[in-house]
Order: sequence, then C-alpha cells, then structure tokens
Amino acid sequence: MEMLRPSLAVEIAGVTLKNPVMTASGTFGSGMEYADFVELDRLGAVVTKGVAAVPWEGNPTPRVCETPSGMLNAIGLQNPGIDVFCERDLPFLKAHGATVIVNVCGHTEEEYVKVVDRLADEEADLLEINISCPNVKEGGIAFGTDPKAIERVTKAVKARAKQPVIMKLSPNVTDIRASARAAEAGGADAVSLINTLTGMKIDIERQTFLLANRTGGLSGPAIRPVAVRMVYEAAHAVRIPVIGMGGITCGEDAVEFLLAGAAAVSVGTANFANPRAALDVAEGIEAYLVRKQIPDVKLLIGAVH
Amino acid sequence: MKKETASVLRQERIAADIYSLELLVSFAGEVRPGQFVSLYTGDQSMLLPRPISICGADGERIRLVYRIAGRGTERFSCLREGDTVEVLGPLGNGFPLDRCSGKRVLLAGGGIGIPPMLAAAKELKARGIKDAAFAAGYRSEPYLLEEMEALYPVFLSTDDGSCGVHGTVLDTIREKKLSPELIFACGPKPMLRALKAYAEKEGIPLYVSMEERMACGIGACLGCVCRTAEADPHTHVNNTRICKDGPVFDAREVVL
Repeated sequence: MEMLRPSLAVEIAGVTLKNPVMTASGTFGSGMEYADFVELDRLGAVVTKGVAAVPWEGNPTPRVCETPSGMLNAIGLQNPGIDVFCERDLPFLKAHGATVIVNVCGHTEEEYVKVVDRLADEEADLLEINISCPNVKEGGIAFGTDPKAIERVTKAVKARAKQPVIMKLSPNVTDIRASARAAEAGGADAVSLINTLTGMKIDIERQTFLLANRTGGLSGPAIRPVAVRMVYEAAHAVRIPVIGMGGITCGEDAVEFLLAGAAAVSVGTANFANPRAALDVAEGIEAYLVRKQIPDVKLLIGAVH
Repeated sequence: MKKETASVLRQERIAADIYSLELLVSFAGEVRPGQFVSLYTGDQSMLLPRPISICGADGERIRLVYRIAGRGTERFSCLREGDTVEVLGPLGNGFPLDRCSGKRVLLAGGGIGIPPMLAAAKELKARGIKDAAFAAGYRSEPYLLEEMEALYPVFLSTDDGSCGVHGTVLDTIREKKLSPELIFACGPKPMLRALKAYAEKEGIPLYVSMEERMACGIGACLGCVCRTAEADPHTHVNNTRICKDGPVFDAREVVL
C-alpha cells in the first residue's frame, strides 16, 4: 500500500520543528561531537548542554556509571560559560542548519536571567530553563521541586527572554501536575520532562559510593514508564505543549510519549548507546505513521486518554 | 572515527580472565598506538559502550586484549569467529611516538595497561627505535610476554612475587637501575602517580594514558574528565576530557 510521506513537522511556541525529535540536554554536548554521525539539520532541534553565566567545573569523578537498562550521572553541569558558548558553540550549530534550544542553568534567579539576557540578540530559537538538575546543590533541583519557586523563576525569566521559554521539570516530586501548572502560571511557553530521577549506586567491593557525588541522576530505558506516566499527567494538567523524554531509544518508544500527550520528544541516554539514535527515532516515527496509514504526526499527540 | 558492525576473526583466552579478540574493521589502517575503541554489548540492559585499548592493528584488523571486569566484558569473552559486534573507533589521541627518536624509551604497563604498550612497541620497532624496554607489572600470571620479548627487553614484576621483581613497575625501575629518558605509561592510578613523582624528580618526560568511567566515548557527555593544572582550551575549566583530548597526556598537565 503506497502512501505519501507523512507530515512530521510540529510546532512549539510558534517555532516549527521539522520533526518532533530533539536531543536531551547534556547528552549531546553542543552537537559538535555528534556531527560525524548525525546531520544536525535533520533533527527537530538540538538542545544544548546546560550553560551558565560563567564556567562551571562540575563534580569530581567518577561521574557516571551503568545501571540495569540505564545509567547514573553526576556531571554537575560542567560548562564553559555563556560567552564561550555564544562565540564557539552557537555559531557551529547555526552553520550546520540546526534549530537550537539553549539549555540555561544557574544557582540563583539572577544567574538564570544573566544568561537569558546574554542570549537576547543571539540566534537561539528557544530557551530551556533547567530547574531540575539533581546534581548541583543550589539552583537546579532546589527550584524545581517547589511550585512557588518554579512560578517565580519562570516569571523572572519570561520578563526578560526574547525567545520562547521551556521550563524543564524534575520528576523528583510527588505531583508533577503542580510543577507543570506552576510553570504555566509563570508564563512558560512549554514544559519539558522528565529530568533524571535521583539515584545511588554502592560499590560493594570498595564499600563506598560508586559516584564521587554519592547520588546521581538515573536515565535510560529503566525510567521510561515513569516518564510516560508523568508526561500523561502533565499534558492533562496544562494547555501549553509538553516535551516528553525519558529512556527513548527508538520510534516506538517516542510514539508512546506522543500518544500520552507530548508535542515533541527528546532522545538522551540512547545517544551514548547509539550516536545516531535521534535520527533513528525520527525515522522510526515516520515508519510507524506509514505502517498505520496516519498522514500527520500531530494526530498522535494525546490520542490516548 | 566510525561506528560499524565488526566480524570476529579470532578470540582466545591468554591468562585467567584475560582475552585476546581480533576484529575485522574498516578503520584498522588509521589506528595509532594508545588509541581505544568502544565496544557495544548489543543488550539494552547494558547500554553504555565499554572502552577497550587497542593492542595491535594491521591493514584490516584490530586486536583487543582485555580483562573480564563485569557482565559486559564477560559477554565479549563469549564471542567466537564469525560472530559480529558493534564497535566505534579509533578513539582518543594515542602516544606521541615522534618524541622517541634518539631517546632511551621505557614502556611502563601495569595490569591491563600492558596491551597498549605492546602496540606502541610494535610501532617504535617499525620506526627503527633501537633503545627501548618494557617495565611490565602484573598481579600474578604474566601474558603477552613472548610478544613483548620479541621486540624489546622486558623487566617483569608481579604483585605476589611469583615471577620477576616482587612489587610494582617503580620497584623494577629502581631495582634494575633503569635510566629511561622518556616514559610512556598505562596502568592503575597509584602506579601513574608514583611514576609521575619519579619522573618529576628525575626530570624525565612522562606521558600517561588515563582511565575513567565513560559514557559517550566521544567527548560529549563530560563523564570521563580528569583534573588539569591549567584551564583546558576546550572546556575552559580545569578539567579535560579523557576520551576525546586523551587518553594520553603529558603527566605535567594532569592532576593524578
């Protein structure tokens, strides 16, 4: 049975993405290292590694370890700072035709705003505000687990941002709907979820914590059912688009998130197992649409309810 | 750097828990001694690639000598001729072999850090370097010994004293009164730390191959960094990426 190529384009806050597949922040650098494997302009968007107002050193090593069907990381948001990012990384991504979502991190409200201000005249297409990193003591998850703080940071960022704002939410909460509603109340243009789940691994031979940071963020296929459930809950709690992520490795995984209500998806840990994973996911979604004779990917969004 | 499906040409167990695996890969001709590959288990329950040093390469094949350290490497040890495995490589920078001419070179390997030293020795021999030697430190049972001896003299040590010097690579250097003018080293961190102190005191250039838990293997995730004396030109902080900017570093540049 022949069918025209299905439409894969989606829209987030007025920005059209070629397809609903982006890279999850922190798993794709600023695209440079993956450019040998992935045509960056074929992705829905590249979401960059979190960038702060000044360079951050991150945590001591070991920073990563494998766990069953997943991994723990405690990188601690090491980044070269927004000036290097704007001079080196952003021009690289734009030269490769990528749609760019800049992930912004900070220890305080003022630090987030500083980065957002610096990006005002840059070619970033959207901003993603990381209020959910479990591996830094201040900022990050401290903002991300309190709905009042989420609303406050969202407002502060929205007051200055020239680009649409996505708030990245933490799954380390009792009620993800409260987080999503707080971001929406603060004026967010979209929310993305889930960031990693806080975990721990103990080395029984050395009888100590495996990660130098003791705890780390759990990601990979192990967390996918949790992520799908939270995306479903968030999508039913707010009107703004929800970007879904958590353990997506193939087109079928992504379709689950779209059916649960995600308007787009991100591929993260799978990039480590397969540097072409994000493109494979996009191609897998297309193959699913062809197989199911569905002409437009947007017809999947929230179809299961 | 390519990710491809490699055919297994041969695999044999060469000591307790130590295996030698030969793979047919398209990038064999580009490999430099000191580089490594990422091997994938093909099992989603073990999703991160395993970084394994390259022990040798010719026009079309690479040889990996590795230790079973967990379920992933145990899975690799079951590969047989005709099986396939996903591999990404060659990764990392390799040893700066150009620094060797006219110098007395010591190739210091500890445990599973020995295989890349064999790769370096083969290339040095091919380049006509005459004055080189191995200092090889094992836990107990030696392996790759005959292949090393065919190239350069080997000064052996074992942790349990079962053969060679009873002790470490550094004990060998002292006991055998080796006086290298350049050292390449790969092995556990305490060994590298001891060698760095020795090299600094003696004023000998030392290049160390570093190891760390990795995720992506290509410089994107910042999982496998090591501390640096100066700010790194890529990361702009005092951390450098072992997988991408290493694994070989001038010992003066890294904090061990």
